[in-house]
Amino acid sequence: MHGVLQEIKNICSILVHKKLVYNRSDEVGIVLFGTKETCNELAKELGGYKHVTVAHEIKVVDEGTSQALQNLPAGSVPGKVLDAIVVGLDMMIRKIGNTKGKRRLCLITSAQHSLRDPPEGTKEDQVDTIADQMKRHDIKMECIVFREPGVHHGAVMEENDRLLYQFRNRSVAKVVQVDSPTSLLGALKTRNVLPVTVFRGDLEVSSNFRIKVWVYKKTAEEKFPTLKKYSDKAPPSDKFASHEVKVDYEYKSIVEPDKVVPPDQRIKGYRYGPQVVPISSAEWEAVKFKPEKGVKLLGFTDRSSILRHHFMKDVCLFIPEPGNTKATLAVSAIARAMHQMNKVAIGRCVWRQGQGNVAFGVLTPNISSVNNVQDSFYFNVLPFAEDIREFQFRSFSSLPSSSQPTEEQQEAADNLVKMLDLAPPGREYTKSHAGYTVLFQRFYSYLDLKAKQPDANVPPLERCLKRITEPDPDVIDQQTPLIQNLGKAFELKENPKKKKGRTQDRLAYTAGDQSKSAAEPSVEKDGILAVLYPPTENIGEIRDLNPVQDFEAMLAKRSSSTWVQKAFEEMQKYTTALLENSREGDNYHKALECFAALRKACIIEQEPDEFNQFLTKTYERLKNGDVASFFQLLSSKNISLISKEEAPDSDATEEMARSFYLKQEAASQ
Amino acid sequence: MDLDPEGIFRDDSDEDDDNVQEREANKEMVVYLVDASPKMFTPAFFQADEKQETHFHTIVNCITQSMKTQIIGRSYDEVAICFFNTKAKKNLQDLAGVYVYNVGDRDPLDRPTAKLIKDFSCIEDSFMDNIGSRYGITAGSRENTLYNALWVAQALLRKGSVKTISKRILIFTNEDNPFGAITGAVKTDMIRTTVQRAKDAQDLGLSIELLPLSRPDEEFNMSLFYVDLIGLDGDEITEYLPSAGEKLEDMTDQLRKRIMKKRRVKTLSFAITNDVCIEVNTYALVRPTTPGTITWLDSLSNIPLKTERSFICNDTGALLQDPQMRFQMYNDTVVKFSVRELSEVKRVSSHHLRLLGFKPLDCLKDYHNLRPSTFIYPSDEHIFGSTRVFVALHSSMLRLGRFALAFYGNPTRPQLVALVAQEELTSSSGQVESPGMHMIYLPYSDDIRYPEEVHLTSDDAPRATDEQIKKASNLLKRIDLKDFSVSHFANPGLQRHYGILEALALGEDEMPDIKDETLPDEKGLSRPGVVKAIDEFKASVYGENYDQEEAEAASAKASRGDAAKKRKAITDAASLKSAAYDWAELADNGKLKDMTVVELKSYLTAHDLPVSGKKEALISRILTHLGK
Repeated sequence: MHGVLQEIKNICSILVHKKLVYNRSDEVGIVLFGTKETCNELAKELGGYKHVTVAHEIKVVDEGTSQALQNLPAGSVPGKVLDAIVVGLDMMIRKIGNTKGKRRLCLITSAQHSLRDPPEGTKEDQVDTIADQMKRHDIKMECIVFREPGVHHGAVMEENDRLLYQFRNRSVAKVVQVDSPTSLLGALKTRNVLPVTVFRGDLEVSSNFRIKVWVYKKTAEEKFPTLKKYSDKAPPSDKFASHEVKVDYEYKSIVEPDKVVPPDQRIKGYRYGPQVVPISSAEWEAVKFKPEKGVKLLGFTDRSSILRHHFMKDVCLFIPEPGNTKATLAVSAIARAMHQMNKVAIGRCVWRQGQGNVAFGVLTPNISSVNNVQDSFYFNVLPFAEDIREFQFRSFSSLPSSSQPTEEQQEAADNLVKMLDLAPPGREYTKSHAGYTVLFQRFYSYLDLKAKQPDANVPPLERCLKRITEPDPDVIDQQTPLIQNLGKAFELKENPKKKKGRTQDRLAYTAGDQSKSAAEPSVEKDGILAVLYPPTENIGEIRDLNPVQDFEAMLAKRSSSTWVQKAFEEMQKYTTALLENSREGDNYHKALECFAALRKACIIEQEPDEFNQFLTKTYERLKNGDVASFFQLLSSKNISLISKEEAPDSDATEEMARSFYLKQEAASQ
Repeated sequence: MDLDPEGIFRDDSDEDDDNVQEREANKEMVVYLVDASPKMFTPAFFQADEKQETHFHTIVNCITQSMKTQIIGRSYDEVAICFFNTKAKKNLQDLAGVYVYNVGDRDPLDRPTAKLIKDFSCIEDSFMDNIGSRYGITAGSRENTLYNALWVAQALLRKGSVKTISKRILIFTNEDNPFGAITGAVKTDMIRTTVQRAKDAQDLGLSIELLPLSRPDEEFNMSLFYVDLIGLDGDEITEYLPSAGEKLEDMTDQLRKRIMKKRRVKTLSFAITNDVCIEVNTYALVRPTTPGTITWLDSLSNIPLKTERSFICNDTGALLQDPQMRFQMYNDTVVKFSVRELSEVKRVSSHHLRLLGFKPLDCLKDYHNLRPSTFIYPSDEHIFGSTRVFVALHSSMLRLGRFALAFYGNPTRPQLVALVAQEELTSSSGQVESPGMHMIYLPYSDDIRYPEEVHLTSDDAPRATDEQIKKASNLLKRIDLKDFSVSHFANPGLQRHYGILEALALGEDEMPDIKDETLPDEKGLSRPGVVKAIDEFKASVYGENYDQEEAEAASAKASRGDAAKKRKAITDAASLKSAAYDWAELADNGKLKDMTVVELKSYLTAHDLPVSGKKEALISRILTHLGK
């Protein structure tokens, strides 16, 4: 468990942070088990219950709660799951008394250590007793069992799992098995939504046959919190200032821009060709489409006549009316028949009286694999004829041969699709689509940080976030040659004719420097940072790959005169190193280029002494060494001192420049 | 006008030509050329009913319907209506026998207006008096009205470039041999000039279509003249007549549907591996259609209003410029963010689309859906070779039955998406499903709820027996929707909206009756076979007395359920309590504000009023109810 403590801390922190934002009066307690110390009420009163520590008593969430999560100690003793459950339950029962509210226990464990035998009865009996207690006090439990992939499942684990599933069978608990830190993040519900029915009533198969159903939402998009606009107008002394901003809309006539038209003098208009047709709301109310409430089945059709990409919205779930055995049987029979025959049902739903339009969609069977869960239907909204846009696209077979893959390329693609498999038998990567939590977490931890330091910067991306935005390194590593093959098989080229737009920059970057970006934080962010905080040191380097270009880039910076000086220094250093490390003239060509570049730059910058001194010094030092022949090369290319004619500041005459190598040679002889 | 119709001056060395997608016209201009010769006004008999209708009536009806559809669907397209073989003449060229119909201050070729549709629909009443009908091409006169009509139509269509606008001339006539009345050299000459005129127009990029109307006694004979006019050859001739008939039908009952222009939503970079990154365009192929934007009008003058937004500080009432800071209450303190910081928090990925891997199609569950999907199609605009990679992946995915899982780093909501390859499907009428991939937005685990587990019991849930499943299968077979397609179902709410709008705009007295296609087929469901299948299934699941139980449940409901009883009890208690006060007097003395909220609510409950809101709201509600 120690490996994922960080993730556990994260997920629990989000839970607390969210409560601090949305549910200020919720209460949270934290119990650790498997710790070295023992600290809980039951141990004090009854003894036993060793190695269970109450890290935080159940109380209204505050700073302290998130503080308590910050320093989770790594325990050293095998954790006893049942003990922890009992301690948690006990805390909760003591706390609640007669108060109302929803109560839940969240258990995060690896459940791999043997449990002590209870003083009397079996472990199963103990579980039953605990489950009864939970039921009596209406407490639900969520068990998140984390196991690294590949962990051997021994007898102990089997037993623990069985005990936990026994809680589920007693319908007090939900058990989720996770095998990666990312899915761990998705496993804990940080927001508890009270399920509310969308519709309760009849699923009308025909006018004389109805099945009683309840309809719930199956998926619903959790939105990023919307922040309010801030007003700084209130005086700082005003402690009760709301700082809110009211947005006010005024409707003014185009003819008289100063006159505000009161709401009762406004009328809605819809476009009809070039003209606008006014329709008063009363008029509209009288004639508009008013479907009757009810859910009607139109009939059944083959699954293949429904296209997956036509699903329009979030999904609903039709369950038979709870407690109604016959409805359950009817739904079960139809769902299973649909499943066997590969059919779906088409339905028309008006959830509420007064709904403006009908929801027209498809019912698909959901055959339950768990014994105590009923069969049900999923409902997806389908588009109407008006909602489908009939755009035509060029058929792939009619594309020019330059856009058709060759056999070899097709094979590379085939292999990629085959091997980059996220669902190999037995294990499915990113099983639960991870948590959006991961993305929220960034906001909430920033929120928390900002509450403490108002001028804090956005924190860098965390490790766990990378796991969902980028391919799983495990998968990639296994298939490295394959991926390289794909890169080799296809040639991608930038279109030189197109102007570089924003997208283009991004495309170019991703196409080129991809491998590096994995190590760096978001590119886009770098861009922003670069604008805000101009870089000080980051390009001040001449690299081996393209020294002349680097040098020129440094010069081109010109943000301050120090850059030029620095460029010269770097170039001199680099060139010297190049010559000194040269073996049998292999670096000569490069060094020559560097000399030429430096000389040119010194002329442009009117710094002839810089070059002249460098040349003289280098020559003096190396003329008798291995690289003496290099100077002959320089001489042949007319790279000599910068003379007065070229740069007025120079001390050297043209004559000196011409005879530089000769004179020196003569002197040395 | 297209200056270079033959493409003579086009740069032949332009190799990209293959890569550039066919440019599509985004606007349409149509000239309806309607034959108004007396032949059009002779009654044509329809087989089934004894009703007599002239061809002229059919055409007016057809054009009216077509304009009604157009004004909603493609209101920026332009139309002109032009009669030929008329007594009166009205056209810029002042040619005889051609009358360009128009209303108000509209240009002859312009967007249709409500007035145009309204006046045109009842043109028959006044046609003879104002415009008049005659035979245009007669022996002895040198006039060629058909030639004139084509010339006028071509002149009308002069504006705009054919590159972006599709220009059409539609000829409606029941005369298959317009030059039948004359003979000799004059005839050949006239035919030659007319065909030449049509050819000139076609060379300019105008398309000429004919909608021939056959009289019951004789079939319209294309080969007499019109084959040459529209330039048909071979098999086209035999196919033309039936398809023209369909076209006429299509024009009359088309679905009122807003037509969207094909427009890419975004260009995305799609990183397949670290070094293969291609370019794709996204398109919205399926999106819910809304009734259109609302324009607020002044109800007195019907002049459009403009909206002004202002920001007011809640604490001081000061007017603010658009505030740049946002805040969130956290642990009872105000935490401020700048807009930039917020967008940075949401930015988690450097890529638009990043491939994570592939999964078999059955891993994509029915409940993995949140929003309408987006279509992606490759583009070589910025990166050459993108299409090739995409096509290769597309065919591999199709063949192996996999979808791609990718991360879509959209700054507003970064999320996981499934890319499902779509094979191209075509039918006789063209492309039905386009080749490409559909991007399906996947829910995060937080977005998925488990309502099926809300009502858990410790016992096993009842499951249907094989016998019951067999009965259900039988039922499924009986109520089978053959050839189901979503395109058969129009949105009843939207169609009604359009209908009302049209009725109001055209000043029609009666509200249109729109058929709701989404209602079940009651007639089909009452067929004996279906009824029997339903009854058998009912009997096998519910036992013999389903109907009786149903009736009992209904009557129990009518006599009030538990909840209703409880509600009644509360109301009774409240009215008792509220009766203890003299509310009118309390209100008069302004004592209401001294009372507790519970007491105030008792009055509201007793009088069946809403009990929500703050104390002031409650008081004002009571005062309103008391009539003060």
